Amino acid sequence: MREQALMRTNLYVGGSSPGKLLDARFYNEDCIVYDLEDSVALSDKDAARFLVYNAVRYHRPPDKYVIIRVNGLYSPFLEEDLAAAVRARPDAIRLPKVEHAQEVRRVDGQIAAIERAAGIPEGTTSLWCNIESGLGASNAKEIAAASPRVAALALGAEDYTASMGALRSKTGWEIFYARMQVLEACRLAGVSAQDAVFSDLDDLEGLAEDLKTTRGLGFDGKTVVHPRQIDVVNAAFTPTKKEIRHAQRVMEALAQGERDHTGVVVVDGSMVDKPMERRARTVLAQARAAGVLEGGGDDAQ
Amino acid sequence: MRNSLGRELPEQVGGYRLRPYAGEAAPVAPVTAVTRRTVARNTGENKLLGSLREAVRAVGLRDGMTISFHHSFREGDLVVGQVMEAIRAEGIKGLRFAPSAVVNLRGFSLTDYVRDGTIDRVEASGIRGELGDGLLDGTIHLARPAILRPHGARPRAIESGELQIDVAFIAASAADERGNCTGQIGQNPCGSLGYSFVDAQNAGKVVVVTDTIVDYPCLPASIGQSYVDYVVKVDQVGDPAKIGAGAARLTKNPRDLAIAQRVADVIAASGRFREGFSFQTGAGAISIACTKFLSRRMEERGVKASFALGGITAAIIDMYDAGQIRAVECSQSFDAVAARAILDRPGVVEIDNAAYSNAFSRGCFLDRLDFGVLGALEVDTDFNVNILTGASGRMMGGLGGGPDVAAGAAVSIVALPIVRGRIPSVVERVAACCTPGETVACVVTQAGVALNPRHQRYEELRADLKRAGMKLTTIQALQELAESITGKPRAVPWRETVAAVVEYRDGSVVDVLREIQGR
Amino acid sequence: MKIKKPASAGTLESSDVFVSVAPNEGGGIDIELESEVEALFGDAMEAAVRRELALAGITEAAVRLQDHGALDCVIAARVRCALYRAAEERYDWTREDGGQ
Repeated sequence: MREQALMRTNLYVGGSSPGKLLDARFYNEDCIVYDLEDSVALSDKDAARFLVYNAVRYHRPPDKYVIIRVNGLYSPFLEEDLAAAVRARPDAIRLPKVEHAQEVRRVDGQIAAIERAAGIPEGTTSLWCNIESGLGASNAKEIAAASPRVAALALGAEDYTASMGALRSKTGWEIFYARMQVLEACRLAGVSAQDAVFSDLDDLEGLAEDLKTTRGLGFDGKTVVHPRQIDVVNAAFTPTKKEIRHAQRVMEALAQGERDHTGVVVVDGSMVDKPMERRARTVLAQARAAGVLEGGGDDAQ
Repeated sequence: MRNSLGRELPEQVGGYRLRPYAGEAAPVAPVTAVTRRTVARNTGENKLLGSLREAVRAVGLRDGMTISFHHSFREGDLVVGQVMEAIRAEGIKGLRFAPSAVVNLRGFSLTDYVRDGTIDRVEASGIRGELGDGLLDGTIHLARPAILRPHGARPRAIESGELQIDVAFIAASAADERGNCTGQIGQNPCGSLGYSFVDAQNAGKVVVVTDTIVDYPCLPASIGQSYVDYVVKVDQVGDPAKIGAGAARLTKNPRDLAIAQRVADVIAASGRFREGFSFQTGAGAISIACTKFLSRRMEERGVKASFALGGITAAIIDMYDAGQIRAVECSQSFDAVAARAILDRPGVVEIDNAAYSNAFSRGCFLDRLDFGVLGALEVDTDFNVNILTGASGRMMGGLGGGPDVAAGAAVSIVALPIVRGRIPSVVERVAACCTPGETVACVVTQAGVALNPRHQRYEELRADLKRAGMKLTTIQALQELAESITGKPRAVPWRETVAAVVEYRDGSVVDVLREIQGR
Repeated sequence: MKIKKPASAGTLESSDVFVSVAPNEGGGIDIELESEVEALFGDAMEAAVRRELALAGITEAAVRLQDHGALDCVIAARVRCALYRAAEERYDWTREDGGQ
């Protein structure tokens, strides 16, 4: 697991199709989510489990943050899914429809037991929690803080709006409150905040419009369900020149502080704290990934 | 002996003495053009004959002669089959079959004509299908290895006397009784007839085959009556559904889209992407997607092209209509929209294949190209390109204009997926070398872009791409990645017997295709 | 483990393999492989199948593969799935824990 992994885009890939599974590593998504849940037919859960296990264990994309989405917390598949998924050694396991902190703690315990049995250092496997109901959104703070494994909360808009009796729209008014609940929870717990899927795959302009909200509110990334959305989302997370300059000044000030052994580092009259440092590192990583920062390419020629 | 690409070649195969490839710009001694065309006065006797058999008799076709066709009707061609049937009925044997390309035709088996001895030699840009596979299997034999030439090499071979055509059969969608003919009007239009011009100008006899006789004079006329000996009307020259249905839709395959986008990124990053630039993108899913992405980049940057070249698609015509391209030079029309466009758009014109691609002339369009985008079956770590044979030894494609475009374009880009199913496309050594690596500037896959350090514009392109912040990889890294995914394939064992010779633009030999063992 | 009934896994899509397994009493291991890339990868493919059979302790089975360019890790996953379906057993994931 990487400390400053970029999480601008997380792409769902169905666990039933070997072709799609193997193609997915070549797109520009930061995080790849191998799915055992919605995209897999009930009669094929075992097949998808074997396939995803082998793909992640033996053909893991070297430069991606790898996630496996398991079946629901109350489904008959969860136990076997976890037994396989943890042993495949992904960066994280993604849980659908989390509504209570105790659910996270329960899975935390299950994962810890598997890690011990498999000889994987305990705590290696992170958790992404999908918030896809009014109840989950309402309990987001407790969920985000339920275990040190939690690395991100991801909003699921379709199920959320259904649970609220709302209608999904392109303006996104109906999920505004949930977005804020998820964001606040993530910021308080210091984990990544992932925005909901924009479901009209053919409307890339609508997606770009939606991303203004995503980015403006402060999300760190967005879930995508089709490769064609990736570049649009990544582009929306390209920092401005001003942000990059500020991030560079923060990093320079920190380096200077280290050389001078000063405890407190100040930039523009503000003290540089951990969140500001984390933010600066993220901005620089985003800039590097977007190719707008010198030294960004791993030019081999 | 070995050529400069390191390919092992025999000195001679049958009566054919191989001249090894010695570099893209290796000097070739000029020769005086030769032609089979006769100088004789035609005072107006009837050219319109009742049947193909009558035409075969009238032209005096005899055993051992050379016949030619064009492939502008693509897989919808119905003329090759009808003409060959007439020739067989006349009992003529041992012909050299020299079309501009052999494509898969339904209801016509070239193999049958080889088996019964009607045809005993084949020269074309590619031999796909049953015959090609049979030659590589060693189950079908010709009197001489097949000669495969890229489009640009064919006019040179014809004019230099290496490929003298006795009778050219030219399919046309409309003609008048004196032989003025076109591919643009009639019941089954195919668009450009560019590949047949050189045949009309140099063959001993020329027969135009059409299903639509129009009032004299035929307008427009691609080939003039002064070249035509006879005209034959048949029921149908082509199947419109297979000549080229409507515009191909933009692919939804995310892998192909990702590759196409990267190609457009490379083009847009180049300093040559400026007002008045020129390009050839070709057909195929990646090519059409690339054309669309390119159009968008041009719009964003406010850049217009002076010309687009080669096989033309509806995507190119859309750009012309949007005012993004000043001239569309069509050596071939790939779909119905492109076929129709020549007729009603003044800047969309039909061009002779020689004007398109013949380097051994006073100038050809593709030597003026800024960007050429090429497909491939395989590319190796020397950037050599295979567009003929699949990894398991099947004939999977034709040379087309690939080697010509690579050499002519300032920036030639080979675009392909890094693996296809389980077959790696970036390999240590291509099974068949068709396009010399030194003419390939850049390889684009979904896993990254690799520049060729041996290409003459390497420094320029490298600087441009770096400035644009593009990440580059190496061809070696791509090859290793491909192999790490698929595993190392077992080498296909070859026999010594040469099934086909692959010629370059200048008639030298880039490679030979040998028969494979035990399949 | 013993094959109790015929079972299958996988699809006929590109990059996938359709694996059928059937009991083969007294007949040992029979492997039938159909693939466009057999000449290139036939050995590796068969080895992947035999490895899965050995891991499952199966000595009698008729295995048929209709391959469309699947990688070895896909072949292994499909074969394993078909075997456990045919044996009507659940896979014990702790088997993955030895020797890693």
